[in-house]
Amino acid sequence: MTTKRVTLLILAIIVIASPFFFPSNFYYRVGSLIFVNGLAVTGMVILIGYAGQISLGHAGFAGIGGYACALAPVHLGLHPGLAAILGAAISGALAWAVGRPILRLKGYYLAVATLGLGILVSMVLANEAWLTRGPDGIEVPDLGLNDVLEFVGIDISNAQFWYFFSGLALVIGAWIALNLYDSPTGRALRALHGSEIAARTVGIDVARLKLQAFVISAVYASIAGSLLALQNKFITPEVAGFMHSIEMVTMAVLGGVGSVLGAFFGAAILTTLPQVLTVFQEYEQILLGLVMMLCMIFMREGLLPSILRALRGKDK
Amino acid sequence: MTTLLEVSGLGITFGGLKAVQDVGFRVNPGEIVSVIGPNGAGKTTLFNMISGVYKPSSGTVKLDGQDVTGLDPFLLARRGLSRTFQNLQIFQTMTVLENAIAGFHLQEKGSLLADLLHLPSMKFRARAAETEARTLLNRVRLGNAAEKEASSLSYGALKRLEIARALALKPRVLLLDEPAAGCNAVETEEIDHLIAEVAASGTAILLVEHDMKMVMRISNHIVVLDHGEKIAEGEPAVVSRDPKVIEAYLGTEAAHA
Repeated sequence: MTTKRVTLLILAIIVIASPFFFPSNFYYRVGSLIFVNGLAVTGMVILIGYAGQISLGHAGFAGIGGYACALAPVHLGLHPGLAAILGAAISGALAWAVGRPILRLKGYYLAVATLGLGILVSMVLANEAWLTRGPDGIEVPDLGLNDVLEFVGIDISNAQFWYFFSGLALVIGAWIALNLYDSPTGRALRALHGSEIAARTVGIDVARLKLQAFVISAVYASIAGSLLALQNKFITPEVAGFMHSIEMVTMAVLGGVGSVLGAFFGAAILTTLPQVLTVFQEYEQILLGLVMMLCMIFMREGLLPSILRALRGKDK
Repeated sequence: MTTLLEVSGLGITFGGLKAVQDVGFRVNPGEIVSVIGPNGAGKTTLFNMISGVYKPSSGTVKLDGQDVTGLDPFLLARRGLSRTFQNLQIFQTMTVLENAIAGFHLQEKGSLLADLLHLPSMKFRARAAETEARTLLNRVRLGNAAEKEASSLSYGALKRLEIARALALKPRVLLLDEPAAGCNAVETEEIDHLIAEVAASGTAILLVEHDMKMVMRISNHIVVLDHGEKIAEGEPAVVSRDPKVIEAYLGTEAAHA
């Protein structure tokens, strides 16, 4: 079986089978949060893992996706679902416009430039209170899909609905990312990651491809932001904040930025770990930081690739 | 015969230092032209200017009569110029096969949507590129290593992989920067044959190589650089007897040998 099929199968099994082990409804909520984060991080895998570019501002696109779902239904009369698509289009367009000049930068220069972009978006969301109602946040209308399901006889709680809906979104997102990996565009992205100069000499339009990866990952972040806003029925500018951007990169790198499944595990661990570590109360943040540092020191390729390598090593 | 590659008055300055100045020559289809000279003579710099990696400060590069001076390498690739590198530029984390397929990028690329959704049109193009890439790998004796990660290959094998990747573009002009460096005698001879074969198919080849035996054997024409300037050019037999060349290059070489 190909990596693609294995990954999709594992993700589908996780989405479908996990609820059998859930002691309470609360776990659906955590699960759907993991899937939404996993979706955003899958976008980061395309940008960081495939193309080798960094962004410390992708939460900005999550903010755009989230606020599109809050604002477009009220001001434009759009259905929240269409608002999410509009948000993705705006995020993609912004990524395209901003990406053209800043993707010429490399390494930490690019990191700082994207950091600026993220901060800019979160500032606008926090300060333009006439539109966004400022730092306290704004309510988001219901997607209404669960009502439709109820109408056709599928009666599940809201938390269950969002769990499965986010899970579906994650599997679709993973499918697209895995398709891309094994395609001419994916090969070109990985090639420019390996050697930009050699990529250019085989005819790869490096600037254009980086831009494509940047736009695609922005759309992933935007849709993740929309899903988050829709299931919380509320959103604050924090979703676009610096910490969220860092979180997205950290999840990707911690899990293993080269692989979609690894990134999902990164998202799962960093979403659940803070909940688990709450038993340590004031030491929670310290332990979280420590776990992250130790992971990177001892498993620099990320959790999943390192574990797989260790397992393969033992087989021999 | 029409000239495929025509370089004239080419020069570049790095921070006031003239690294290369006023270099000119022509390469015809099927011809192998070698650029030789002592270390630091500006051979790789010259290559980087012709292949668009550096923008020259003066002079022109013409490809098939069209001025392509300072054009980005990816645009030159589309016009049929490809190259290899002195210090390997391999896509290390990709497989050998994927490295070769990357050489077919211009041929296999299509719409982004087809790639994201794995539409049949994309599969068709990718499969065609893969078939050709495998043929090419067999030609450079890397067929058995196709599924290996490129970083696991030996230096000599990577050199051949880079040549294969450059050949994937079916170039009209091929620039080879020390293709035999670090290769043993058998490997060198193989590369030798490969280059002659490619030239025979009508490709214009520009070669930088330190292996003088190989240069003398396969070149139709030799350009000698020293301190960034052309000091001689001509047929191998003529160049090797040129007193200026012997003094600048072959003399020291002969003394050591």
